Amino acid sequence: MIGDGGVDEEEKYLAAGIAGLQQNAFYMHRALDSNNLKDALKYSAQMLSELRTSRLSPHKYYELYMRAFDELRKLEMFFREETKRGCSTIELYELVQHAGNILPRLYLLCTVGSVYIRSKEAPAKDVLKDLVEMCRGIQHPLRGLFLRSYLSQVSRDKLPDIGSEYEGDADTVSDAVEFVLQNFTEMNKLWVRMQHQGPAREKEKREKERSELRDLVGKNLHVLGQIEGVDLDLYKDIVLPRILEQVVNCKDELAQYYLMDCIIQVFPDDYHLQTLETILGACPQLQPSVDIKTILSRLMERLSNYAASSAEVLPEFFQVEAFAKLNSAIGKVIEAQVDMPIDGVVTLYSSLLTFTLHVHHDRLDYVDQILGACVGKLSVVGKLEDSKATKQIVALLSAPLEKYNDIDTALKLTNYPRVLEFLDQGTNKVMANVIIQTIMKNKTCISSADKVEALFELIKGLIKDLDGNLDEVDDEDFNEEQNAVARLIQMLYNDDPKEMLKIICTVKKHIMVGGAKRLPFTVPPLIFCSLKLVRRLQSQEENAGEEEEDASVTPKKIFQILNQMIEALSVIPVPELALRLYLQCAEAANDCDLEPVAYEFFTQAYILYEEEISDSKAQVTAIHLIIGSLQRLHVFGVENRDTLTHKATGYSAKLLKKPEQCRAVYACSHLFWVDDQDSIKDGERVMFCLKRALRIANAVQQMATATRGSSGSVMLFIEILNKYLYFFEKGNPQVTVASIQGLIELITTEMQSDNTTSDPAADAFFASTMRYIQFQKDKGGAVGEKYEPIKT
Amino acid sequence: MVLVLALGDLHISHRAPDLPPKFKSMLVPGKIQHIICTGNLCIKEIHDYLRTICPDLHITRGEYDEETRYPETKTLTIGQFKIGICHGHQVIPSGDLDSLAMLQRQLDVDILVTGHTHQFTAYKHEAGVVINPGSATGAYSSITYDVNPSFVLMDIDALRVVVYVYELIDGEVKVDKIDFKKTTTT
Repeated sequence: MIGDGGVDEEEKYLAAGIAGLQQNAFYMHRALDSNNLKDALKYSAQMLSELRTSRLSPHKYYELYMRAFDELRKLEMFFREETKRGCSTIELYELVQHAGNILPRLYLLCTVGSVYIRSKEAPAKDVLKDLVEMCRGIQHPLRGLFLRSYLSQVSRDKLPDIGSEYEGDADTVSDAVEFVLQNFTEMNKLWVRMQHQGPAREKEKREKERSELRDLVGKNLHVLGQIEGVDLDLYKDIVLPRILEQVVNCKDELAQYYLMDCIIQVFPDDYHLQTLETILGACPQLQPSVDIKTILSRLMERLSNYAASSAEVLPEFFQVEAFAKLNSAIGKVIEAQVDMPIDGVVTLYSSLLTFTLHVHHDRLDYVDQILGACVGKLSVVGKLEDSKATKQIVALLSAPLEKYNDIDTALKLTNYPRVLEFLDQGTNKVMANVIIQTIMKNKTCISSADKVEALFELIKGLIKDLDGNLDEVDDEDFNEEQNAVARLIQMLYNDDPKEMLKIICTVKKHIMVGGAKRLPFTVPPLIFCSLKLVRRLQSQEENAGEEEEDASVTPKKIFQILNQMIEALSVIPVPELALRLYLQCAEAANDCDLEPVAYEFFTQAYILYEEEISDSKAQVTAIHLIIGSLQRLHVFGVENRDTLTHKATGYSAKLLKKPEQCRAVYACSHLFWVDDQDSIKDGERVMFCLKRALRIANAVQQMATATRGSSGSVMLFIEILNKYLYFFEKGNPQVTVASIQGLIELITTEMQSDNTTSDPAADAFFASTMRYIQFQKDKGGAVGEKYEPIKT
Repeated sequence: MVLVLALGDLHISHRAPDLPPKFKSMLVPGKIQHIICTGNLCIKEIHDYLRTICPDLHITRGEYDEETRYPETKTLTIGQFKIGICHGHQVIPSGDLDSLAMLQRQLDVDILVTGHTHQFTAYKHEAGVVINPGSATGAYSSITYDVNPSFVLMDIDALRVVVYVYELIDGEVKVDKIDFKKTTTT
């Protein structure tokens, strides 16, 4: 009975065993020191008797065994020296057989056997054969396993392998193989039999203990793997069939799983490839409860790595038709194991996919076939809730992206989007992000409307709210996702304007259904894509001259689309963003000489300004953007321009805070004086703006005086002075030396006034303005002359 | 010697997917002491990215920046130089040197860095310099056609500043150098 008693009980047995062992070892040492062979044998046999116990669990037994093992090494040394002193090994071999008990006798026999082989007094194969046969004497599983493990250990370096000193005419590698195989077979039998020992209620515990012993059995396979002489033929004809025979016949789940895995890990890659049929053929013969999917996955993983190691090995794969064999094996396994959980199925396909990507990277049809098979299986299960399976699907879908570095390829896989369907929304998004990241990382340009369509189908989890799912998304995550989509839109490009327009329309179709939260992220990038296209058409037109243009792609048509998109933004509403985009479009229309279109965009911007932008700070920025844009536009005829400039000036004068009014109004002066346009040089209206700005500044000053507070009016005066100087220099006849002089005096007075608290910023600004005047004077020439009359 | 990176108008992700990889590989952490950014980044990820290059980051607000806390203008002193930053959409006419010079006087700075036009420029003006680092991503602009990605590195050493302009032209990074000496201390 193994471990029948409690844990404490067992500790006691172990302690007693160790004590007995140590005591006898002590006497054995004494005998060894005095070269007393007889006593040495007697005490070593007594020492080894401790291993006859049935009271220890494998774990504890191992501890005892290791101590005995150490002692046996010393004994072996002694035997070797003994033979040097003239004692014949054959005699020793006979002598140790006098030990009374079988277990000590066999341990001693193995020990001397090791010395015997080393002495080469008999062929290694005979000794090995004798030992492996003799060990049959122990049929108790635990004791037998350890004894045979000892045999394996001491014989390891004495096998008649190719190139080994023990190889000879009579001793060949097949003897070595035969010996190890036999030992393996016997050990496996013992190991399997262990489960039947003891009461049924302790089966679970026993299986756990048995699992702890597996490496003792597996060690034999390692030894086989390391025998140099096991070439492919020997492996194929003898080694593998014999191992598999044992594996299949033992009908034990634990042993089958472990040993299959062991085979896969121990033997070389190319052997597996060349014996693929044999090993795959064994799989369906295993017990139904064996985790075949993991075994197959490991096998495919190994083969994938092998294929990845060098392109030179690939022909081997084609030659043995590895894909077809694996594919059919997987099909059979899935069919046979009806209870296999879905994550197991996906894992299998995922491994096969990885294998295919490594071996047949040009066979997209294989990849699609695998995905298709996966869809077939998934459709039975429906939407996945299982996180393990989901994780596997993400791995499955990511693999082609990583391999091909190119989304184009994935877009060709018809079953790819179908697999995506089975993911929950969260995972769908994860996958969409992986796809986008792949595109960004590889700087892949998506160049046709069809591909864009397919792509947006793949990432639709990010593009719109999928029905029925309203889980709250973290704002920051949401922003990041949408920014990723926005960046993706920049990667869609085709040189041909016609196709580009198709791309734009395709994207528009998808993003327009994204809802109010997404549009502010997705519309602007598409607007700028479209504006880039407009500019391209523009330069083509310029180059093509009068050649007939493609009527289907015109700036006008694009502007219509732009208008619709911005309109969608303005109703959300995000008026500030919409206003900026209208202005961008107006400028683009200006560049295309489309006056009505530019006017329409400007009008739209004005409507937003009047009706939607109410925050005073936002108004200030908006009005400056309006003035800045309008100043640049040259397409307008006098009437339209007057309307627009009139309104802009009106808005400026109506800003909430007076200083802001003042600044906007003097900025408006530039609307009437444009350097490179002779038609727009209206000195009077410039002066009108500047004077109006001055009046507002005065009002600011009076308010400050009334409230006795500090004021920024001096700053405003200096700013206006600088504008005076600007137009003075530009040659506006309305700006006279006298008016500048008056302004300087006003500022000086103001700065010295008691009412004004000193403002270092204003002082510095004024000083630098005065320095500038001096600088211009010192320049000499026309400018110097102009500035000369101004007194600082 | 102090290295100052000046850049702006990235317009990510409205107008460009990312900084050019060639620029990214040049902008490694630990070499730059200050970053001046004129604005229009436009998203937080870019702000975070810039901070990884150098934590001393000075940003003014562009009209597309989602971050509302960036100021309209900012001044700072590096070595003997007083530097002013402003995005530039507030300056009318946009990019006009005389108007920028007025802003330079108003802020009372030696070096004024602005953006908005996406056109790299560096002028010596009166006793100072007016720099526009262009668009670091070569973003579309309604003002400038055919924008090349560019940024500026300023090497400031006491009274001397060397302005290096990095411009990406047909996939190659071209470098230009402008030397500037300050004559008087203010």
